[in-house]
Amino acid sequence: MTYIAKPRLHHPKLPTNALGFTRRDYEGAVSTLCAGCGHDSISAAIIQACYELSLPPHRIGKLSGIGCSSKTPTYFLGKSHGFNSVHGRMPSVLTGANLANRDLVYLGVSGDGDSASIGLGQFAHCLRRAVNMVYIVENNGVYGLTKGQFSATADKGSKARRGAVNTDAPIDLVALALQLGASFVARSFSGDKVQLVPLIKAAIEHKGAAFIDVISPCVAFNNNPESTKSFDYVRAHNETVNRLDVILGRDEITADYAPGTLETVVQHDGSILRLRKLAADYDPCDRISALTYLQQRHAAGEIVTGLLFVEPEAGDMHDLLDTVDAPLNGLGERDLCPGSAALARYNAAHR
Amino acid sequence: MALQSNLAIAAIQSVNDFVVKFANVNGSGSASANALFAKSVLRMGVPASSRNIFPSNIQGLPTWYEVRISESGHLGRRGGVDLMVAMNPETWDEDVAEIEAGGYLFYDSTKPLPPSKFRDDVNVIGAPLTAICNREYTDARQRQLFKNIIYLGVLSALLEIDVTVIETLISEQFRGRDTLIKPNLHALHLGREWAREELQCPIGLRLNPADKVGDRIFITGNDAAALGCVYGGATVAAWYPITPSSSLAEAFSAHCHRLRRDPDTKKKRFAIIQAEDELSAIGVVIGAAWNGARAFTATSGPGISLMQEFIGLAYFAEIPAVIFDIQRGSPSTGMPTRTQQADILSCALASHGDTKHVLLFPQDPREGFAFAADALDLADRLQTPIFVMMDLDIGMNDWLVEPLEWDDSRRYDRGKVMTAELLDNGVEFGRYLDVDGDGIPYRTYPGTHPVRGAFFTRGTSKDRYARYSEEGPDYVDNMQRLLHKFETAKRLVPRPIARAAPEPTRFGAIYFGSTAPAMTEALEALEERGIHLDTMRIRAFPFHDDVLDFVAAHDRVFVVEQNRDAQLRTLLISEGDLDPARLVPILHYDGTPVTARFIVRAITDMLDVVTLAPLRKALP
Repeated sequence: MTYIAKPRLHHPKLPTNALGFTRRDYEGAVSTLCAGCGHDSISAAIIQACYELSLPPHRIGKLSGIGCSSKTPTYFLGKSHGFNSVHGRMPSVLTGANLANRDLVYLGVSGDGDSASIGLGQFAHCLRRAVNMVYIVENNGVYGLTKGQFSATADKGSKARRGAVNTDAPIDLVALALQLGASFVARSFSGDKVQLVPLIKAAIEHKGAAFIDVISPCVAFNNNPESTKSFDYVRAHNETVNRLDVILGRDEITADYAPGTLETVVQHDGSILRLRKLAADYDPCDRISALTYLQQRHAAGEIVTGLLFVEPEAGDMHDLLDTVDAPLNGLGERDLCPGSAALARYNAAHR
Repeated sequence: MALQSNLAIAAIQSVNDFVVKFANVNGSGSASANALFAKSVLRMGVPASSRNIFPSNIQGLPTWYEVRISESGHLGRRGGVDLMVAMNPETWDEDVAEIEAGGYLFYDSTKPLPPSKFRDDVNVIGAPLTAICNREYTDARQRQLFKNIIYLGVLSALLEIDVTVIETLISEQFRGRDTLIKPNLHALHLGREWAREELQCPIGLRLNPADKVGDRIFITGNDAAALGCVYGGATVAAWYPITPSSSLAEAFSAHCHRLRRDPDTKKKRFAIIQAEDELSAIGVVIGAAWNGARAFTATSGPGISLMQEFIGLAYFAEIPAVIFDIQRGSPSTGMPTRTQQADILSCALASHGDTKHVLLFPQDPREGFAFAADALDLADRLQTPIFVMMDLDIGMNDWLVEPLEWDDSRRYDRGKVMTAELLDNGVEFGRYLDVDGDGIPYRTYPGTHPVRGAFFTRGTSKDRYARYSEEGPDYVDNMQRLLHKFETAKRLVPRPIARAAPEPTRFGAIYFGSTAPAMTEALEALEERGIHLDTMRIRAFPFHDDVLDFVAAHDRVFVVEQNRDAQLRTLLISEGDLDPARLVPILHYDGTPVTARFIVRAITDMLDVVTLAPLRKALP
């Protein structure tokens, strides 16, 4: 159960990060998801990414909606505030949280039911608004908690464990995110930690709306060979466009990649994204060609993964709104209340 | 074109006490001329209030503007019309029918109308406004716009309005666009001079300068409530456009741009999100408040319906939120541009499951300002949604109210927030732990302390330490504490205001919100008839103990509301465990603001029934 705390004991020689935290300090409660669930691998990747970035755990806000994926914030970052909100509405709650305090890191964790069905509207609009966040969809194509109904990302023709065939056209959240103006768009696979951890790190470092669609097979309801969200299917059809390394401003920059296969992207905060290009003709800074490439490969039955698009100098919602640099939740009467003299002027103007 | 005087009934004679109603077509530019009329009355020192009755469209449908002029200060709707300015042929028949016997009908006489279109007990004043405009102006738009100013000029002569007052108002209105002042003044005098030459001026309705306005101000409730949010420290507003609440959010934006920018950098100390729908709007508010900002949304009935799930979350997870409900004609799309008090139950009990919410009932824009700031304090103190129950009448109409006040020594009540220092000192933190016995737990803002005070907010049930729990005792413990917190709220919300009748009486009346000014006038009229009522104006839910004491002290209590189903009465009965027979519903719900005459008639009729019927028996 979620209230079972993990034992705090750990090996005295566990490595620590720049803040002196061990990886264990980023963990949460024991997962109650099914054994082998892809979502637990994503939680582990989030823990690893935050550990490697040396983020103070309490400076992270983790927010979610409803569903298996939305339960996972309990299982990572136990020292962070979490908010398990209502179904499909995490984006608005996260938007409000971000407005109140622009200084925290916000992780929005959602699923394909939560984001592509009931919450499609909120998904779209928070990306439009350039909310500074990492929006992760743990995408398994089914409703797990209600025992295996198709979600809106299930491919047409996809077969459920009990044989039902999905007849509705699928929603591709990555294509939508590209179209809606997200400034960091990636897709990965829960079974590919080597790819996923750097993507999460890069998304956290990115200023603006970062979206990662993580295909995460549902071992209970959607891991049959016919499912396009199964381990076997994804492994067989994965088209990886690049491999990412994230180099923070404080890290030593080393160049150990073969020239001609590297693409370097410097983000707003100075972090450097090194992309080992696997698809030679792929340009991750061109939104239009990213969308085209995605659709071409989809037509060929392939699932494109990697960093698909990044706008390294993107701003965020606070830049667009032109809010003060200080978090709004820290302002007091002196900053907020115009006082009785201003009110007297208001009165005088209305006689 | 002289005044017809072959009346079967004497023409109404009244100085500084009458009702003028303008019947216009919306989009014709009449609104600003009509507002000039109301303001000129005020500038003459005569109290007035105005009510805009408008359709849900942009151009071409009927719209009315009713001005109540009352030197004795009655600013509710009286009922009936003494002077009808009938500028809309579409609504001619109903407009003419509404005039009091002996009243006055002013119309554009350019096109002759058959005698059957008039009443023989009404004084008819015709002015060929279209002909005058066509003679004076060539441009079609000018002909339309200046027609409004021309009839204002005619009225100034008919009613003896001080023309220099109107001139001053025009100069103020067009300050910065000075080229517009001269043509408007020209049109004003065109009408005025024509009337003085052609009509018998003044008529029986006249304005005399008085000194009864004092330093009162003329404002809408939406503007005032938005300003209250600025003063109360709201930094985040999220909204979705919906009549009649949109102007609250827009006013917040305007006030903030003026009052809330960093003086050096000009950056904003506020954030406003026009959301994609009301669900998102309340979600943003809840997210911001969870993270320690003061946040609000403004909406109307349909928006409240959409927000239900989130409201339940905020109640159960105990997150502050301020929700302005500018009520309109319901249910469904209902009458979007008409007024009602019909969301009482849907707000008091919003969301599924056992929920109860705090409601505030401002009576006018001034209380709208005060309660807006109070609501932000209450939301933080009680960690729950607070509804400010306004309506279209308060929100969108200009009301004459005492000046707004702010005490500069006032400090925001941020409620029970556990700080890093407290956590470092080893103070025990349980997010849902009642340490003070008032049902209100402590909370922490995210990011407060590196290792202490983090908790998981959820809509699922939990124990006192915010740990997920479906154990019956944990659930019941939490639900009982929420009830206890609601009891605490009784002591914190604005108290009801009681008024004793001049003579002892076994009858009382309860009312709230925008009914107040009409009620005050009605009470005076009832007293003149020898009917005495003690009254109580309810200003909040949960009901203060005073309310139950008041009901207990009277045989019968009239509950005056602007809805069909007596919603406040229902709440009184269920919350106070009251005998329904003691509470007599007086209900006005046609979408127009309640009038003093309606209340007088309804209570008088009911008194006949009540005094005939044996006590303790349900009334029809």
